[in-house]
Formats: sequence, C-alpha cells, structure tokens
Amino acid sequence: MRLEPIKNPSLAHCLLPPAIALGTTVVFASLLAMVAGANPFSVFGLILSGAFGSKFAILETLNRATPLIFTGLAAAVAFRAKFWNIGAEAQLYSGALLTVLLGTGLLQWPSIALLPTIALFSILAGAILLLVPALLKTRFGVDEVVTTLLFNFIFLLFISMLLEGPIKDPMGMGWPKSARVIPEARLPRLVEGLRLHWGFALAIFSAICIWIIQTRSTLGYEMRAVGLNKQAAAFAGIPINTVLVKTALLSGGLAALAGFSEVAGLKGNLTLDLSPGFGYTGIIVAMLALLHPLGVIVAAMFVAGIFVGADSMSRAADVPTYLADIMLATALLLMVLAIMLTRFRVVRD
Amino acid sequence: MEIIEILFTASFWAAAIRIASPLIFATLGELICERAGVLNLGIEGIMVAGAFAGWMAVYSGTGLWMGVCVAMLVGMLFGTLHSILTVPFGLSQHVVGLGVTLLATSSTYYAYRLALPEVTSPPKIEAFQPFNIPILSDIPLIGPALFAQTPFTYLAFTLVVVVAVVLYRTPLGLAVRAAGENPAAIAAQGLSVTKIRMGAVIVGSGFMAMGGAFLTMSAFNSFFFEMVNGRGWICIALVVFGSWRPGKALLGAVLFAAFDALQIRMQQTSFGSHVPYQIFLMMPYVLSIVALVVMSRRAEVPAALMVPFNKGER
Repeated sequence: MRLEPIKNPSLAHCLLPPAIALGTTVVFASLLAMVAGANPFSVFGLILSGAFGSKFAILETLNRATPLIFTGLAAAVAFRAKFWNIGAEAQLYSGALLTVLLGTGLLQWPSIALLPTIALFSILAGAILLLVPALLKTRFGVDEVVTTLLFNFIFLLFISMLLEGPIKDPMGMGWPKSARVIPEARLPRLVEGLRLHWGFALAIFSAICIWIIQTRSTLGYEMRAVGLNKQAAAFAGIPINTVLVKTALLSGGLAALAGFSEVAGLKGNLTLDLSPGFGYTGIIVAMLALLHPLGVIVAAMFVAGIFVGADSMSRAADVPTYLADIMLATALLLMVLAIMLTRFRVVRD
Repeated sequence: MEIIEILFTASFWAAAIRIASPLIFATLGELICERAGVLNLGIEGIMVAGAFAGWMAVYSGTGLWMGVCVAMLVGMLFGTLHSILTVPFGLSQHVVGLGVTLLATSSTYYAYRLALPEVTSPPKIEAFQPFNIPILSDIPLIGPALFAQTPFTYLAFTLVVVVAVVLYRTPLGLAVRAAGENPAAIAAQGLSVTKIRMGAVIVGSGFMAMGGAFLTMSAFNSFFFEMVNGRGWICIALVVFGSWRPGKALLGAVLFAAFDALQIRMQQTSFGSHVPYQIFLMMPYVLSIVALVVMSRRAEVPAALMVPFNKGER
C-alpha cells in the first residue's frame, strides 16, 4: 500500500475519519467494560454524570482541567516546533517547588505583589529545567525525548529528597510534605463559595496569549517553520537553535505554571502525589487539540471530564478507573491516524 | 576503601549480571527496531505488559517457559499495533510510541485490577531458580557471577550472540540494517521495506516484553505497579551508548548494571549513610544522560531512523 495526498478534501472527508476514531474508542471501551462485567451504557452514563452531571461535578472537572491546560499548552507549543518535551511532569514539580519555597513565609508580601512574583519564579524554574535538555540537543545533538523523560525521574527523586530534608514540614507528623503556603500566597476563588480558583482563569489567559504568539508574532512563525521543515527554515535564515531554545523556555515555563496553580490554588502544600501524571496527560491533551492553543482548553476539559467521571463510575460500577487511561490512549492513537487519513488516501499497489 | 572491596566480591558481580539481564533483552529489542529505522518509544509500556503477562500466566498455572512465551506474544501484539501505525501509515514515531506506552501500561493495570480485585500485596510465583553450570560455576569470582544465574539470564546472553549473528552474517540482517540506512535501496532490490520494518518492530517488541517478564519471573517474583520504573527509557539510552551494536550494547548494559549494583551497596557503607538515599537512586538516570552526551559525538545513528518510507515518493 501507498499513501497519496488528497488534493481538495471534501468536508465529509475531513470529518468522517475523526468521527470513526472516536466511535471506535467508545466501542473498544464498551467491550472492556463488558469484560469487567458491567453494562457499557450505564458505565458511560456514570462517566458523563460524574463529569458534568452536577454543579459539583462540573467544578471538579474544571479544577482537574486547569493543570492539564498548562501542561497541554506546554506540549502543544513544543511539539509545534517538533521539540519533544516529555518532561512536563518535572517542570510542573519545579513550579510547585518554587511556590512553596517563596510562599511559605520567606516573602511576607501582600497577595497582589506576592502571587505574580511566585508565578514568575515558577516560570523561570520550569524554563531553566527544560533549558538543560534543550541545550544538550542544540549543542550535542542528544535526543530530547530520552533526556526529558529521564529528568522526570531525577527531579522527582530530588523533590522527595527535599521533602524528607530541608523543606519538610516540622509539624507534618513525619510525613514527607512541605509546610502550607501563607494565605497571601493562595490563589483566591474565582467566585466566592464555588470551589474554582484563579488558576483556571490564568490557564485560559495563557492559552489566549500562546494563541496570539503563535499567530501574530515572528517567534510563532519561526516555531512553525522549524517544526514544518528544518532545512527550509535554515535556508530562509531562521536561527533554528535559538528558536528551539526559546520554544523550550516557553514550554517549560507553561508546565511549571501547572505546579504553581495546583499548590497555590488547590492543595496549599507540596507532596509527592501532587500530580497524578498531569505532565504525561498533557501530551494527550495537546494531540487531541491538534496542537491548537485554544483547542487545548476544550481538550483539557474533555480529558479531565473522562478522569473525573471515571473516578465516580469506578466507585459505582466496580470497573477499574484505568478504563479512563485506556480510552484516552486509544483515542490518541486513533485520532493521530484519523487526522492523517483526512489528508492522505491509502492506495493499493 | 570499601568500594574496592565491593568490586572484588562475587555477589556484587552476580547482582550486576542479574540487574543487567532485563536491560539486555529490552535493549536488544529497541536496537532491532532502530536498526530497521523505527524508534520504538512503546518500550516502557511493553515492558510493563510483558512483566504482567508472564507473571499472570505462571500464576494461572502454566510453566515458566510458557510464561515467557506469553509475555513475548503480548509484546509482539503491541509491537504489531506500533508497527502498523508507524510503518505503512508513517505516523509520528514519537506520538505513537508514547501512545503505545500509555495504552500498554493502562491496559495492564486494568487487567491486573480485574484479575486480582481485592489483593493488597500481589502474590508471589515460583520463579526461575539459579542453575549452576557444572565446572564453570566453580571458577573463583567469575563462576558465581556468570555461571550461577537463572536460565532466563543465560537466554539473555545467548540472544545477544544470536542477534549479532543474524544482523551481521545473514541476508535477513543485511536487509534489516539496510531498511534503517537506505530503504530506497531495499525497495530497488524488490524487497518490501514495510514488511522488514514491521517484522523488526514486532520481534523487537517481543524482546522488550521478555525484559519486562524477567523482572517478575526471575528478579522480584511478583508484579507491582511502577516496577519497570523508567528501565525502558534507560534502554533507549543504552542503544545509543552501544552505537547500535549488540555487543557494545551488552557491555553498556553490564556496566550500567554494575554501577546500579554499586550504588545499592554504597548506600549501606559508612559514607553512604550520610548521603540522602535519593542521590544514589538518581545515579542510574544521571548516568544514562551522561552516556548519551558522551556518545553523541561519535554515534553512528542509522541514517533513516525516524524517516517513514513511502514507496514512489521522492
């Protein structure tokens, strides 16, 4: 078989493959639910109602979507330039670390000064953390996939070390957790009485900023050019390595904001289970959003909904919650295939 | 000097060889994929799936070698998925690889929860036992280190020789290497690049799953979450370190494992007790990155690695 580009794809040709991909994902998940001895219709009903069925559920989903928007943006920005940052997990923890370092009493400032300062330092921490793999790539040609992945393990051990040493909460009954941040370092709630904090607004704002950068700035143009064709970009005089480093700084900073938002907005302190793999899930979010910054917002809510819904479904229907991860991984693989099939036709030899 | 003493004990080298064994399987698997031109980032998840499949098979009553076969088949299944998406469809090997890792890991955890819903500590199995090779195992130092291992470890070393011979001494090996260097030449010979690459990814994934199975069937004798713990990613670094050659990759795996065994023993020395244990646990990952940087200058990367081949396209 061969692949042939489709000259002028019709609307049906653009919509059908993604629709089939989503349908196949649902059928596959239904089969797995049946293997677990559950009725697939009630499983999907429970997931939907658990994710969007009540005010509480929706707020929970939006809360879960917040870090995913940040990590999804981090992946989307980097992948657009074909810089494979798989280290968002570590960068997230670097942001969280800076938040507890500065927010637990070191700086006794009012919120209006303290929160932006912490956010800025978090961004710096994430950017610097990703700078190392970026420079290893541009200077030595070391593949960033492996280095960023390995950095996740190294940095989590580093956090674990700090949590059992210098930043351990003396009042923590011996648990490896940090002290709580002071009230001035907490992100206030968006609406009084509703469990949703300003981190969500910051995430939406970041997505819009990235969208503007990508469509309206020279850097955005250069990042796309480097991602599409390195040789052509170099020929056009774009400094590839500089663009890659800038991309890395941006991507790392975005991922770190997820950590800042989780600690300052939701958890209040740093523990080793701050992130249940938000960094890795961000990759799925970015791919489902087709790397579009505004699409990341929608994709993050969809993915967060599946996770939140699966949690409550798992309690009610006794189907392991890992069904959510399987669905997302399947959706990711099938969507990548479907998007390709909207532009290419399979031809038999 | 405590370190010197450690380096001259047979138990240290026996541990190093034991730690190296799963890495050898998975590194060989990744090496085959990359030699044919496909980066397989599914390795981490495929190892998880292999670890579970082999252990579960033995737990449900099959023989040990049958368990290894089951693990291998499960690995080949995920390899088939990976190869269909990356080879004929030419999709991004990064995205598909990560997707396969996520899918393999989550479906393994799902299966584990379904198979053993109530357990808090996973059951142990009757795993592979060390087998002393007569005469050879009596050699001081080398004997207990190399020739008193489990048959699964002997298989790892045998496989290195087999893969090396096939890659460098057979037409099949030539075709695999050419598929990763110059696929157009393969197509000009009338051979199918698609079939060769898919075959390499499927077989390679089978080896990765065997590496995972080693953990449950010859090391920990039980399955628990996060047990693969980045070993797959380390194996990708080992392939680069070994310049895509089986012999050098074996050397890299053993060196790496020796270092790993050393850091475990260092933790128990008087010096080690003053250092946070996390520093020691970081060492394998740091070492992998250092190895990548050091080798990057003279790495002979397969020329067509990560380049999809679409027949008739220039």
